Order: sequence, then C-alpha cells, then structure tokens
Amino acid sequence: MNDMTQSAFANPRVIGQRTPRVDGEYKLTGKAGYTGELHAENMLYGYPVPATIAHGELESLDLDEALAMPGVVEIFHHRNFPKLHRSPNSMGHGDQVSEVRLPFEDERIYYHGQYIALVVAETFEQARAAAYRVGARYRHAEGAVPSLLDSDAEGTLIDSAGSSRGDPESAFSGAEVQVDATYHIAAESHLQMEMHATLAEWRENGARLVVHESTQGVFYQRNAMARIFDLAQENLEVISHYIGSGFGNKLFMWPHAVATAGAARELGRPVKVVLPRQQDMTGGGNRPASRQRIRLGADREGRLSSVIHDSMTETSLVDQYIDACGSATPSFYACDNLSTSQRILPVNHGTPCPMRAPGEVSGIFALETAMDELAVELGMDPVELRLKNYAEQDPASGLPWSSKHLDECMKRAAKRFGWDQRDPGIGAMRDGDEIIGYGMATCTWFAGRQPCEARVELRADGTLFVACGTQDIGTGTYTIVAQTVAELTGVPLAQIEVKLGETSLPAGPLSGGSMATATTLPAVAAAARDALAALKEVATGSGGAFEGGEADSLSVADGAFNDGQRTVSFADVLETSRLASVNGQGSAAPGDEQNQYSFRSFGAHFVEVRYDPGISRVRVARVVSTMDIGRAINPPTARNQVEGGIVMGIGMGLFEKLDYDPRDARLVNGNVADYIVPVHADAPEIDVEMLDYPDFKFNEFGARGVGEIGLTGIAPAISNALYHATGKRHRDLPITIEALLAGQ
Amino acid sequence: MRTFAYSRADSVERAAHATTPTAAFVAGGTTLLDLVKLDVMQPSELVDINALPLKQVEWLDDGRLKVGALVTNTDLAHHPAVKQHYPLLSEALLAGASTQLRNMATTAGNVMQRTRCPYFRDPSAACNKRHPGSGCDARDGLNRMHAVLGGSEACIAVHPSDMCVAMAALGATLTLEGPDGEREVPFGEFHRLPGDTPHIEHDLADGELITAITLDAPLAPAGSHYLKLRDRASYEFALASCAAQVALDGDSIGTARLALGGVATKPWRCAEAEAALAGQPATLESFERAAEIALADAEPREHNAFKIPLARQAIVRALREAARLAGTTQEEQA
Ligand SMILES: Cc1cc2nc3c(=O)[nH]c(=O)nc-3n(C[C@H](O)[C@H](O)[C@H](O)COP(=O)(O)OP(=O)(O)OC[C@H]3O[C@@H](n4cnc5c(N)ncnc54)[C@H](O)[C@@H]3O)c2cc1C
Repeated sequence: MNDMTQSAFANPRVIGQRTPRVDGEYKLTGKAGYTGELHAENMLYGYPVPATIAHGELESLDLDEALAMPGVVEIFHHRNFPKLHRSPNSMGHGDQVSEVRLPFEDERIYYHGQYIALVVAETFEQARAAAYRVGARYRHAEGAVPSLLDSDAEGTLIDSAGSSRGDPESAFSGAEVQVDATYHIAAESHLQMEMHATLAEWRENGARLVVHESTQGVFYQRNAMARIFDLAQENLEVISHYIGSGFGNKLFMWPHAVATAGAARELGRPVKVVLPRQQDMTGGGNRPASRQRIRLGADREGRLSSVIHDSMTETSLVDQYIDACGSATPSFYACDNLSTSQRILPVNHGTPCPMRAPGEVSGIFALETAMDELAVELGMDPVELRLKNYAEQDPASGLPWSSKHLDECMKRAAKRFGWDQRDPGIGAMRDGDEIIGYGMATCTWFAGRQPCEARVELRADGTLFVACGTQDIGTGTYTIVAQTVAELTGVPLAQIEVKLGETSLPAGPLSGGSMATATTLPAVAAAARDALAALKEVATGSGGAFEGGEADSLSVADGAFNDGQRTVSFADVLETSRLASVNGQGSAAPGDEQNQYSFRSFGAHFVEVRYDPGISRVRVARVVSTMDIGRAINPPTARNQVEGGIVMGIGMGLFEKLDYDPRDARLVNGNVADYIVPVHADAPEIDVEMLDYPDFKFNEFGARGVGEIGLTGIAPAISNALYHATGKRHRDLPITIEALLAGQ
Repeated sequence: MRTFAYSRADSVERAAHATTPTAAFVAGGTTLLDLVKLDVMQPSELVDINALPLKQVEWLDDGRLKVGALVTNTDLAHHPAVKQHYPLLSEALLAGASTQLRNMATTAGNVMQRTRCPYFRDPSAACNKRHPGSGCDARDGLNRMHAVLGGSEACIAVHPSDMCVAMAALGATLTLEGPDGEREVPFGEFHRLPGDTPHIEHDLADGELITAITLDAPLAPAGSHYLKLRDRASYEFALASCAAQVALDGDSIGTARLALGGVATKPWRCAEAEAALAGQPATLESFERAAEIALADAEPREHNAFKIPLARQAIVRALREAARLAGTTQEEQA
C-alpha cells in the first residue's frame, strides 16, 4: 500500500478552494441540454398509460378511439410489445435495474401507475391526449396491501441484512435502564427536480442503440439494456450529460426506458418519453415506509450494555428491495451486545429504491431518538450520553477509524448553537406565544470507493481534455474533475474541457452512495500524471523543446514545464514536436487500506424548534451543524450538499408522506401540490461548519463523500427538540399537525 | 391532440353572448389550464377575456370599493386602497399560492377556482362533482384535507380560496353580465352548498361573466387578521384559516366579522358567532365561545377531525390579533 499520508495534495492550490461551477454558465443560459429537452431528427413522443388500479388484472384495452386520434402512430401494450429478456439484475456484474419486471410482460397489475400501454405520436400533446383516451377494463383482486403502516404482517426475514455480537437479549433484560420503542416512517418520494426521461434511437438498421437518459449510472443502464435487447455492449451507448438530480431513483434503469427503446426499435424512429410527475411518483421509485423497534439497555451512568434494532421495510410485488435501516447501527456506539435484523414486506407500490442515505437515514432517526429517550430516562445531557458511549474504533469490524472527529463535531456545534443555554425542563424556554425546544442528534454515512478509469489529453491549442464515464447529477462533479487536473497541470480552469456521462468514455462509477468524488478523482489524477509523463517524454525526446533533458528534472507549473532555466508551455512543447496532443490513461481502485481501517463520515446537528401551542404550529428556526467529511474539494458545493440535506431532513421530519388509499393502495397525493416538501419559507437559519481533516488514508485527496450525510440525523434532532418543547415523544414521521394536536 | 376553439373577447357584451354551455372563459388560466391538462375540465371553446377593460379598482360614491374582475391577485393585494382600508383582504391574498401564481390569477378567477380534492382531480376516481352520480371516493377515503362544515352525502370537497374567506368576512357584491343583461349577487349567496348537486358550485348561469366584485364600505376603526394554518410555512392550501375583523366599543366588541376557510365547502361566514361576540368583552373567553359556536355543526370524517380543534385555534388567535389591532387603532384615533 502506498503511504498516502504523503499526499501530493497536502498543500493544494486549487483543490479545496472555492471554485465556481464550470458548467454554471451552461445551466444559467439554457445551453445545458437535459434529456427531456433533446431532440432527434424524425423523433416521436411516447406517453405511458398508467394502471388506475393497484392490484388485479387488465381485462381488456379499448384502443379504437385513441388510435384514431391525430398524430397517433402506435400504441404498445402486453399483446404487441416485443418479447424481450429480463436483465440478470446483478450489482456485481453491473446490470442491476430498479425493477426487474419488464414493461407489458403480461396483464397482471401489481401497483397503481404500472404502465399498461405506451402511446406513441408525432407530438407530445397528441400522445398525451390519446393516452387519456385509452380505455381499460380491470379485474380487481382482493387483498391489495396499501402500506406497511396499515399492516400487521410479519414480512420476510433477510438474514444477510442482519448482524449480531455478544448477547444482546440477556444484556437488555438485565439492564438497569431500558428503552423499548417502535418508530414508523412514511414512504417518501425523491421528488428530484428533473423527471425521468429517455430518448432512444436505433442506428445502423437496428444494430446499434443510442440512449439518452437522465441517469446516475450510464454503465449500469448500458449493461442492463444490452442484456434486455440481446445486444453486444459495444453496440449500445448511453449518454447523460446533465441531470436535474436523482437522490437515488436514477441509479438503476426503470421500465419506461425499456418501453421507449422497444417502441423506437419497432417503429424505426427515435422515441422520447418524459414521465409526468404523477407517474414519476408512482413508478419511478420511492423510499419505502419502515417500522423499527429499538431496545437500548444501559447502566445508571449511561453506559450502553445492549442495542437491539429490528426493522421492517416495504418492497414491491415485482422485485425485492431491501432498505437496510440497521446498517449504521453496529458502528454507532461502543456496546458489546448488539443485534440488528431486517424484514421486508411486499406491498402494492412501484418498487422502492435507494433514496438519499438509504436505510441509514431511517435507522438513525430511530436510534438517535431512542438515545434521546435514554438521556431523558437517565436525566443526562444528550451530548454527554453520546460522549460516554463514544466508539473510539469501529465496533462492527474492530478496525481503527481512518479519521474520526465526531466528539469535536458535537463540541463545536454545541458551542456555536449555545447548547449551554438550554434549560432542560420541558417547555421551560418561551418567547411570546412560542415554546422553544432544543434538540440534537449525531449522524454518519459510510465512505466508499469503487474502481474507476479516466483519460486526460493535453492539446497543442493549450487546452486540456479530461473524460470519465461518471455523471454530474447536479452536485458539481464537472467542477471538481476540472479542479483536479488544474491542480496537477496548472492549466487554468477556463482552458479545461470536462466530458462525463457517456459509456464511450473510460468506465466511471455510479453517482451514488456519496462515492463519486473519492472514486473519480484518484483516477483522473492518475490520468493527468500519465499525460504529463507522456508530454515530458516528448519534450525531452529528439526534436523536443527540452531535447536531451531529463524528464524527471522538468517541473510543472501554470501549464508549462521548467527545467530550471527555461519555461515552455505545454502547447509549445507539442508544437515543437509537431504533435496535436498527448494522452494519459489512469485508473484507481480501493486497495488494502480497506482491510486496515474503517471509513465513515460523521457529524452533529443541533436544532431549535419553535412551537406555538395556541395554533399547533411547529417551525424549525435554526440548525447548527458541524461535519467531519475529510477534505471538501470545493467547499461551497460541499456545504451546499449538507445544507440541502438539512432542508430535506426538515421535509422528512415534518411534511413528507406518500399517501396510499387504504382501500385500494392507490397513490392519492402524487403531485407536488399535495405531497408536501419544504419551501423557502421553511428553510431556517442554517449554519454548517466543515472540519478540515483530510483523510489521506482513504485516498490521496483526503476526501470522503458529502452528498448524503447532511440528511441523516436531522429528523431525530427535530423530534428531540420537539420533545424538549412539549414533553410529547414523536416516534412517527412525518410529525403532522394532527399528531401535535393529539398531545394537547 | 384534443383541440378546442379559441377566441379573444373584445367587449363584455360579446363575451357574455358568444359562449356555449361547453365554453369556458380563461383569465389567468392558473386553475383552468391545470385542470385541462389533468383531463378534468374539457372545454370545447376557450374565450380569452384578458383584453376586456375590467382591470380597475375604484371607489364608488357610496364608499364601497369596486374591483374589476381581471385585477390580478398581486395588484389587488398591493393596491393602496386595499392595503389601507381592507388589510384583511390584502393579507388573505398574500397568504395564497405563490408570487408567480398571484401575478397571473385574477379576482374573478379566484372566486371561480375549483376544489383541490384529489379525487376530483383524478379522472379515474369516483366524484359526484366531476361526474354527477359517480359517487364520492373522499367520504371514506383519504379525507384529511376535506370539509367539516357544509358537506353532504354527495360531496365534502373544500372551497380552497383564501381571498374569498376575506371577502365573505368583509361583505361584497358580485356584478354579473349575461345574455339577459346585468345583475348583482351578494357574495354570501354566490357559492352553493353541495347538497345533492355538487357539480353546481355557484350562481353563475351559462354565458354569464363576472365583471366586478364590490366590497362593502370598510368597517372603521377596526382591526383585522387573516390567519392561515397549514403544514408548511407557505405555498400550501389551508388546513384551517380564519378571517377576523373587530371594531371595539370601549373595552368590548362592537362589531365582529368572522369567516373560515379550509374547513368548509364554501367560503364560510360565521354569522351566529359574530352576533354572539357583539357587546362582549374582548377576552379569550369570548373568542373561545365564538369558536365553539362557529364549529357547533362541524362533522368530521375519518381523517379530518383535527380540523375542528385547529379551526377553533385559528378563530381564537385571529380574533385576538384583530382585537389587539383594533385597540391600537382606537388609541391612535383617540
Ligand atoms: C399550485 C397552486 C397553488 C395555489 N394555492 C392557492 C392558495 O393557497 N390559496 C388560494 O386562494 N388559491 C390558490 N391557488 C388558486 C389560485 O388562486 C387560482 O387558480 C386563481 O385565483 C384562479 O384565477 P385565474 O384568473 O387564473 O383563473 P382561470 O384559471 O383563468 O379561471 C378559473 C375559472 O374561472 C372562470 N372564470 C375566470 N374568469 C371569469 C369571469 N370573469 N367570469 C366568469 N368566470 C370566469 C374560468 O372559466 C375557469 O372556470 C393555487 C393555484 C395553484 C395552481
């Protein structure tokens, strides 16, 4: 293992500096083409027809009226859609999909919004109007399961998602102090800004398929589509240049993309489908509802002797999705006796999928609320209780942490927040009509890396081209890739062209799991070094600008080489040798450090809520957070991720809930007016501090991920603050007005 | 594509005459186009009234304020006469929708906006309002947002307007122009209770156009407050709202005006509660009693029972604020 503590990036000039987004201009001026805006010559528009029942069978389709409408070219359904193969759906082989059932496989209906037909027409409006006129008759089946929250079924135990150490059951029953509580979280929608969209075009007489998709993983989609359409991977290209965020629901392909590509093949013309918001919310992924029971045992001094965390989450009837709520729990606190278990229950919804901090954000809500309950039982300050059970190494693996400063996070955030001003008495702090509540919780998210390749080209016109098949889902990947090559070559950002989001580029990772930064940058750096080495060879070779010199003696600065006497720009080096460009390849992958350390990011949130009991109104007034995420490559975009996570956490805590009709499992609030998320007026004063402890054991940049951690821990900090204000413990999310009223 | 005829009306008379039963006027379009796209409204003809000269706000000789049908919600909320003499209306308008929507939305369009009942907005659900006789999926469905006042077997959909709640409290008159000429309707009589015919929502005949809404002369000196309670801080329809106006007579209440939103099938004036407040001391007990009276007939369904205590809270707090402001006004004038 190379000793990365001697990082080339120990004293960076561009890395870690506030850098405006290099794609900002394109986004502001509308030049950034999102999938839904793209146009191909001779293109048709598809509009899916959603099932209006959630459980049963399609008895018949009446297509006469729709087919006769102007502009309608074809309507696909289970009788005429081509027979395709399913994807093997393997994470390891890179062909995972979000829902393994293909569109229009048969007449069975498993969820509201499942596609029963795809209308294809010359214009979008024609397709939509005809879709409204497709008649469907259904045979309703008994026994639709609308939600885990309405069910007392036991579900199926997933052994692989549980863990155990010591003897948690006896430690719990023998504990001096016990907490035993059950928590529920409603299903949530990702509600990413940009809807799912596909533009599929077959070329070379159907031998080659080019797909534009708003996706967090072009390679996964390419591989899955190759299996589904029986194509060699080489004959398939997936492109995703700009993505209006995904939050996890664009990690893996959904059936609409298969329907679009199938229709395009049958019709011999490009077809584009942009899901309407309603269909995006029924069949485009959701965070499944969960029920969690936590049992904590402790002694009077607050030392944990037992943690038992049992979870159940929803999956669909057509696929198996496991939202592992207990996955962070074994690493959270020093406690010898611990177990986690996970069950899943199939319900009549579209298949759930990862949503920002999947599993852990739900689990941390339960665990960190339970810890607050324990603190109340003990009469102990919640910060003190957490410090008392501080895990100095990872109790799950026994490995030392690569870098952990959670204690510092808690102390610094507490200080900025003014935690010492907290009167622990219930409802003791008032301001006019309002009761002020202070609450806190800690948070964590694992730091992972994947293998990655990249390419860098130094060009005679002075520009630098860098390419990697990962994606920028709006988080700023274009910019940090540019920063990396600027750091190593000194080429100014304005002369750097970054290309991402194509399967024709060197293989890059999913934009997910907060892994893209730590995965991509080392490969990009390796490619940049390789390109510099190639250029040095040119420079010192025969006819070169430094002919006869030693490659090693050339230093790099500002896009130029210097041998101690002369400075020659890369462009002149290439020109001198009559070359257009040199190329560098790079790859990087996690290594042996994975067996030596445990890698996680950490943080602490402190929240002030204001509750006006006279009108049952709760608002989050203030959030103060300190995060330990390694080094932030571009501090404003990193901070922006945490701030966005905090606002999303307010939604999870107080507003968000997919409402399925208990009678028939139909989604009732599938639109952004009725599904409530925070608006600007709900965003409080947010004060985020990022500790700067580069984690060079993890990679030479010292960066862990930052996309998800901000969301974890917010909902429990809110519910804990609300307990402080009202004395009522809220264990179900979202905390609604009716739940607040019920306490009065 | 579903086609429809489009025409631009150039005079009030012609607009009112030109229409057929399946035609619709389009003003700001923020309700209409939304529902057309959802396939809930299917007008065969759109008559665009935006060129009509109905954009003035003017004082009448009798001290009332006449508001043209096409005055936007934004312009009305910020109009100096409204801000000074009808602050309740300004507050209610600004509590509604978002800036972008208010810039488009018109006064008459707001009065005519349709319910937000999700079953009404979903063509595959049963809804007596959208499809008479098809049933009501809301009664035994997810009815958290639905009415506890003014509902019927056939329909419990809320009238969602904020502006109308303030108008109900302030008192107003609609001016209608139709094939048979002009007529006036008191605001409180314009919207209908659903009864057995929830598809008939108001007193407008086919082809009739709202040309103006005239507000009763302002109550002065008085204090007022519009309080809207909802899940999030902005950009959401009310779970319960209250428009309250109080004129003091010494330490006690002289005149009170009270209307509710978010809880009723039409903008809900609380006349009995108003009467009960007159002459009472401006105290929490009086306000609480008024709230009890206002909600005495409330009938909850499975998921909306919380609206009754919530509306009670809205009434008490709105009256408290209105009385406080009335006190301040009285002092200033003294
Ligand atoms: C996302 C969203 C949120 C909203 N939030 C709120 C809120 O919080 N509070 C609130 O009060 N409202 C809210 N609204 C509703 C909004 O106030 C109304 O849509 C708006 O007032 C309608 O006015 P308009 O001019 O756009 O009407 P249009 O859509 O043009 O017309 C609506 C109806 O009125 C008819 N009509 C229009 N003008 C006349 C006339 N002069 N005579 C006869 N009939 C006429 C039309 O034919 C149509 O049937 C919201 C709307 C949206 C889309």
